[in-house]
Amino acid sequence: MNTNPIIRVENVSKTFQLSRKQQKSEGTTRKEIVAVNDLSFTANQGEIFGLLGPNGAGKTTTLRMLATLIAPDHGDAFIDGLSIVSQPAQVRAKIGFLTSELKLEDFFTPNYLFDFFSHLYNIDNETIETRKKALFERFGIQKFAHVKVANLSTGMKQKTSLVVSLVHDPDIIIFDEPTNGLDVLTARTVTDYLCELRDAGKTIILSTHIFSLVEKLCDRVGIIINGKMTHCGTIAEICDGQSLEDRFFTIYQDVMERSAQ
Amino acid sequence: MKSNIGTIIKKECSRFFGDKTMFFTNVIMPGFLIYIIYSLMGDFFMKSDVDEEPTIVYVENMSETMRPILETLPYKYVTSDFNATSIKSDLSKKEQNYVFLAFPAQFDSIINAYSSDSVHASSNVSIFYNSTSDKSKEAYYLLSETLNHWEEGVCNLFNINEITKENLRYDMASDEDVIRNYFGELIPLLMLMMVFSGCMAIVPASIAGEKERGTLATLLVTPLKRSELALGKVLSVTLFTMLSGLSCFVGMMLSLPKLIHADELGLSTSMYQTSDYVALLLIILSTVLVITSLSSILSAKVTSVKAASSLMVPLMVICLFVGMLPMMMSDISNAPYLFLIPVFNSVQSMAMALEQEMTATILLITLISNCLYALGLVWVLTKMFNSEKVMFSK
Ligand SMILES: Nc1ncnc2c1ncn2[C@@H]1O[C@H](COP(=O)(O)OP(=O)(O)O)[C@@H](O)[C@H]1O
Ligand SMILES: [Mg+2]
Repeated sequence: MNTNPIIRVENVSKTFQLSRKQQKSEGTTRKEIVAVNDLSFTANQGEIFGLLGPNGAGKTTTLRMLATLIAPDHGDAFIDGLSIVSQPAQVRAKIGFLTSELKLEDFFTPNYLFDFFSHLYNIDNETIETRKKALFERFGIQKFAHVKVANLSTGMKQKTSLVVSLVHDPDIIIFDEPTNGLDVLTARTVTDYLCELRDAGKTIILSTHIFSLVEKLCDRVGIIINGKMTHCGTIAEICDGQSLEDRFFTIYQDVMERSAQ
Repeated sequence: MKSNIGTIIKKECSRFFGDKTMFFTNVIMPGFLIYIIYSLMGDFFMKSDVDEEPTIVYVENMSETMRPILETLPYKYVTSDFNATSIKSDLSKKEQNYVFLAFPAQFDSIINAYSSDSVHASSNVSIFYNSTSDKSKEAYYLLSETLNHWEEGVCNLFNINEITKENLRYDMASDEDVIRNYFGELIPLLMLMMVFSGCMAIVPASIAGEKERGTLATLLVTPLKRSELALGKVLSVTLFTMLSGLSCFVGMMLSLPKLIHADELGLSTSMYQTSDYVALLLIILSTVLVITSLSSILSAKVTSVKAASSLMVPLMVICLFVGMLPMMMSDISNAPYLFLIPVFNSVQSMAMALEQEMTATILLITLISNCLYALGLVWVLTKMFNSEKVMFSK
């Protein structure tokens, strides 16, 4: 396998200031939350890298920083050599960022939205048509390409969201909780597609709290707890013979004991 | 039964009073704003009376009996050396701010005859004025009140502004001027209301709504520049608000002549020239720009359409009260620097355009300052779209 680190994350940190209202809704009196704490890792070209951690570990925050939606307080990350701090627009053109939180406007059809997003990436019409044909066929979208999003089923909407985020055929795909909220059939389509993309040489970073997904998909994995990366490597390297789930809980208890001291 | 009503009311109250923003924008804010606006109105927008010239009253056949009574009023009386005919005909020109008071000949002897109990024909005292001038109109009211009051003591010896067979007019203002004046008082408020309701329907849905539904985040992950997004949004909501404002404007302009029975009054349908319409249109466009960009900022601040609409309420209160200024106040200053104040400048400029008093300087100040405000606001909106606190707050 090619071991060229196409994604380099170097000591990134992110602290959120909590407003009075947020303190109340989070049920804490702390003024700030350290969501990501001095995190570093690399992902190689052509692999699926998984960020595994419990809820609130800082996975979404890390991926949002990589996607340049929020800026790190410290540190930097490089995506194919481009800095997320100083070259955010170029980074955005290079990556595809997907999460179940990204929604499509009800009023439009998948066909329209595909064209709209393609234009935002300055793709020429000919390329748009070939990509649209291929992607719509791959996900069975042609059948409802001219139906407004409002009238689509959840699974159809999810497929459309996925396709629309990939209009520019990005080499690097960042996917926050890929199967979250997907129905089982769509989830299967998505995971199969991620494997296809990897086989085509794309690099994928995903976050999840589902062990089986990591075991099934990921070439390498980083375990993230309380904003810190505790372990990073192939599953074999990390697990040392144990099942991923058992290994994870040993690590988790260690971290908790240490932080309690 | 009884206790359930109480339970519901209690829940509603804790919802209403527990939501600080809702309580503030619905209860505290309106009263506070009205207080501020009314106080400002008195101090700021009124012309100072200090060096104002007294209204001139031209008097034909000045009555020596009435002279002491008239002289209690703060007017300057001109009793000789004027041409009555030209004074009367000039009064029909726009905004003539004097009054022409005509006593009948031998008025004093008629009055004096009263004491000897003789029978006498009642005679008419005419007061000609121009209702488009506040000074002229006020002097007319005060003069007729004063004369009337005195006359009640002398058994209907004379009439004031008697309705005659020939239908003699005393308000010398031309019908066109009266109607332009009326439009100038009414239309700015109506236009602001239209612009605002258009804005309310469009802006929160376009910005806060997209945040609420998560569709804005989808745009932010693309290479689209935040400034392009901000400008694109403001320009399109301006276009939509403009269209709805325009449709209201056309409807109003077409229906108002009917409302005031213009055809029966024999008014020409072309009271305004193209330049008046163009000025009005430009003012409305610049106003829409300011109001939509301001509403966009308010909408970007919050995460739901409902919250955005409720944030816009105070803005609406201000706009409506400023819109009522021409109706409520007669002597608003036209000092050019006042046309730097957003919304106020729109209302006053619209009124001036409708009364055909617009000057190039005032129009330019209004248009340019509004465009600059809008630009500044779009810049703020871009900053907000760039701010992760605003766009990705939890
Ligand atoms: N915009 C924000 N404002 C305040 N706190 C935040 C914000 N985003 C995330 N957090 C906090 O940061 C921590 C990490 O969150 P997140 O990255 O979403 O975790 P994960 O995706 O691993 O579940 C959590 O404690 C969360 O409450
Ligand atoms: Mg998350």
